[in-house]
This record gives sequence, structure tokens and C-alpha cells, in this order.
Amino acid sequence: MNNEQFNNRNVSEDGYYLVDIEDYPTAGWDKFKRVVKRTFRGELFVGLWVVLREMIVFNKHTISYPEEKMPIGPRYRAVHEMKRLWESDAERCIGCGLCEKICISNCIRIDTKIDENSRKEVSEYTINLGRCIFCGYCAEVCPELAITHGGEYENASDQREHFLIYEDMLTPIDKMKAGAQLEFEGFGAITPHEDERVKKTPLAY
Amino acid sequence: MDTAYLIETVIKVVVILLIFSALAGIGTYFERKVLAFMQRRLGPMYVGPYGLLQVAADGVKLFTKEDIIPTNVVGRIFKIAPVITAATAFMAAAAIPFLPSFTLFGYEVHPIVADINIGILYILGIMGVGLYGPLLGGMASANKFSLLSAARGAAVFISYEVVTGLSILAPIMMVGSLSLVDFNNYQIENGWIVFNMYGVGFVAFILFWIAAFAETGRTPFHLIANDHEIIDGFGTEYSGMRWGLFFIGEYANMFFISFVIPLLFLGGYGDGSFLGAMALLGKVAFFFFFFLWTRAAWPDVRPDQLMWLCWKVLMPIAVINVVIAGFLMMF
Repeated sequence: MNNEQFNNRNVSEDGYYLVDIEDYPTAGWDKFKRVVKRTFRGELFVGLWVVLREMIVFNKHTISYPEEKMPIGPRYRAVHEMKRLWESDAERCIGCGLCEKICISNCIRIDTKIDENSRKEVSEYTINLGRCIFCGYCAEVCPELAITHGGEYENASDQREHFLIYEDMLTPIDKMKAGAQLEFEGFGAITPHEDERVKKTPLAY
Repeated sequence: MDTAYLIETVIKVVVILLIFSALAGIGTYFERKVLAFMQRRLGPMYVGPYGLLQVAADGVKLFTKEDIIPTNVVGRIFKIAPVITAATAFMAAAAIPFLPSFTLFGYEVHPIVADINIGILYILGIMGVGLYGPLLGGMASANKFSLLSAARGAAVFISYEVVTGLSILAPIMMVGSLSLVDFNNYQIENGWIVFNMYGVGFVAFILFWIAAFAETGRTPFHLIANDHEIIDGFGTEYSGMRWGLFFIGEYANMFFISFVIPLLFLGGYGDGSFLGAMALLGKVAFFFFFFLWTRAAWPDVRPDQLMWLCWKVLMPIAVINVVIAGFLMMF
């Protein structure tokens, strides 16, 4: 399955049409004629045939969920992810705190400090998933495309407040080295031909 | 009464009880599977291979669930109502010949508990008594949905019973007996009643079939316990095995009426050969399947529509049918 069907928004072009509905009869004779017509036209058998056909054709659209999963759209907003820079594998987050400011349900908490190299460093970053409404403002406001939404929607837990810490969200370094970091397809995302242009910083060699 | 007859009858009763209680459970499995397939789903899949043990799981649940008697119900009537439904369903089976008689270890077995001479009247009467289950249960429940369901039950009951009674008058006139065994024997000689007497039998068959849907409360006339209007109707306040008894009663009724229709109209078990017995079981399977089929395909009617149908359409047709049958037999 691909994502075509999720991206198609032009539902009106797919054979939708207005159904021609007759007026309800008011006179007794017309009502009687309608009863007779409906009785002998065999409309009930049309319904019977339709369901029997579906039973014989046996084309099931059930997805046995834990074993099979639906593909989700690239812009689906599930649990957050923190990206790394392609050039240096360093963290993209610059600790600006915009996501904490814009979060309308106050579920992001960020704390920063000046590290030994006099650079601003994120010392603490948590998202309370019990409060998060997955509105996507944090991903939208992020100037570095550091925080994005991933596709992980299975976040059942045994308590209501299920926290995410920075290390959980950050792309693992081995995944980064393998070049497997998924990019958010959206406004401001890196363009597809960015691969040829990106050069690793000398430190990464 | 000699002892052998007594023992034979007791064994027959026990066998019928066991088989049809089990069939009621398996019937729910088939219903869920057939409905699922018709709606392009899979149905129960996880308990056992293809969900076959789902019946056992449901049974364990029903048997072990807490039996709750709510505070404001009329206790005694509330407790007895499910028993009425289940018991009358099985009592009605006493006059149904399930198979032709066969010989087992040199002993001739008649697979009918009591071949009484008022067979079909007894069956329909006892099935009619079965409606006291929903009626009393609904009225005793102290619940508005249950009360609505009981009121509907009474309205449905007086509507369809008229059609049931009048529609089988014509076949009874043809056969001249009320025993289902006599019905079967008549059809060996004169062909199936459906095709008899220039369509009179066919009209009676259709009318009886329609009334059977109201009798068992299946989908086009499923208004006594319509989930999307009145929750579970009379069953709303019931839990555990008391609700299970309602359920067993409903499904046993479906099986028994599926036996009665072919016995009355479609030749029954024929001449009593093995093939005839299998044919009867095939017909029963079709009628049971049809109950599930319509549930997937057809919408429910409103109570007033059912009463309109029964009183203004089906009853006149049934009366005219009887009159025509009388004229045909006279001349």
C-alpha cells in the first residue's frame, strides 16, 4: 500500500452523484401503487444478493491489527522525535525554548545551561504525553526542524502520565550513522537532492 | 405406561435438550461468522482455530458472570422470565419429528418426543407462550427501555399470531390433520404443499415464513430488542446466565421454526430414507442461514409498520387464501 489514497483530497471527482429521490405519495391510490411496486420489484432480493456476493467474493478488509498495521501518512502527528544534523551527527536542538512557549497544553519542559565550551546545551527536555494533544505546534515553530512528529502511535502505558525524555526522542547515533534518519516532509524540510550537497564536517571523519 | 416407553422418552428429551442447547451456542458462532463475511469482516478469529472455541469462551463467561437482581425489579417475575423463554422453546420441540424413524440396535426409534394429534397447534401455542418471557421480563425490570420492549412485544405478538394461525389453515385443510408426521406423509403422496393447489400453498408458505421472523424476533422484525433504539430491550437489566437463557431460547426457537417450515411446506423428511433425512437437515440449514442472511441485508421496520403489515396486508391475504383453498377443495 502506498500513500496515494491518503493524499487524494478530491473526493468529489470519484463518481459521487446526487441520488434521484421521488416525492412521497400523498393520495391513497398512489400509496397503494407504491406498496405494490415495492413488493413485486424485488428490492429486498437486491439487498440479499449484495451481501451474498460479498460473502462469496471473500475480499476481506479486516486488518488483524497487532500483526498487520495500516500505513500512516507522512504528516501524521504521533509521538515526537528529535533529529540530528546530517553534517555532524550533533543534535539539532539549539535550546531556544520556542516549543515550550508555544505549547498550548503546557506539556513541554525545557531547561538549558552553558556547557564547558560556552555553548548553549539542553540539559533537560521532557514531554508529558498525558497532556500532549499532538497539535503539532512545537514541530511547526521549531526553527531548526529539530523536533518533529514521528509515526509511533502505540503509546499505551500503565499510568496516565507517560513522559518522554530527550534521549528517547533523539535519533540513535547508530541509526544516524546508517543514514536512516527519517526527515519530516513539510514546510522547511530539507529538499530531496540535499544528499549531494551535504558535506560532513571534518570532526565527523 | 410401560417402562421402556418412559425410558425412551426421557432419553429423547435429554438428547434434544443437549443437542439444541449446544446448537444454540454454535448458532451464535455461525451468526457472527456469516454476518462478518457478509460485511467483509473476519469475525471471531482468536479463540481456537478460526475462532471456533469462541462459543466455549462465551459459555464460560455467561456461566460465571455475577447474577445481578437490580433493586427496584419485581424479583420473582424478573427471575422466572428467562426460564419461560428457554423452557417453552424446548417444550415446543416435543411435537417436532426431527428425523424419520430409524432402527438402532434392533429397536425402532421415532425421533419425536410425543406424536400428539394436535402437533402444529401445540407447537405454535407453546411458542406463543414463549413471548411471556420478554413481556414479563420487560415489565418487571423497572427500566424504561425494557418497558418499551415489553409493550412492543405485546403489539408484535397479537399481530403476527393472527397471520401464523390463518396462514397454516389452508395446509391444515389440505392434510386434514394437525400432526407434523401426518403432514409429512401427506406430502409423500401429494407432493410438497408449497406447489399444491395452484399457489395457495405457496402463499401460505410465504406468509408463515414472514410470521416466523416475527415469531423468533429476527431482523426485519427485530423490534423487541432493537439495540440501536432500546439497548437490549427486555434484556437490558439481565446479566449472566439469566440473559444467557433468553439467548438460548431465542436461538433454539430459530432452529425449531427452521424445522417446522420445511416439515409443513417443503416435504419434510420425505419417504424416510437416509437421503430424505439429509434433505430435511439441508432445508433446516437453509432456513437458519436465511435468518442470518436477512439480518445482514435488511433494515428493521418500526413497530407500527409491522402492525400495518400484519393487520392490513398479511391478514387479508391469509383470509382470502383460506377462502380460495376452501373453494378449490369443494369443487
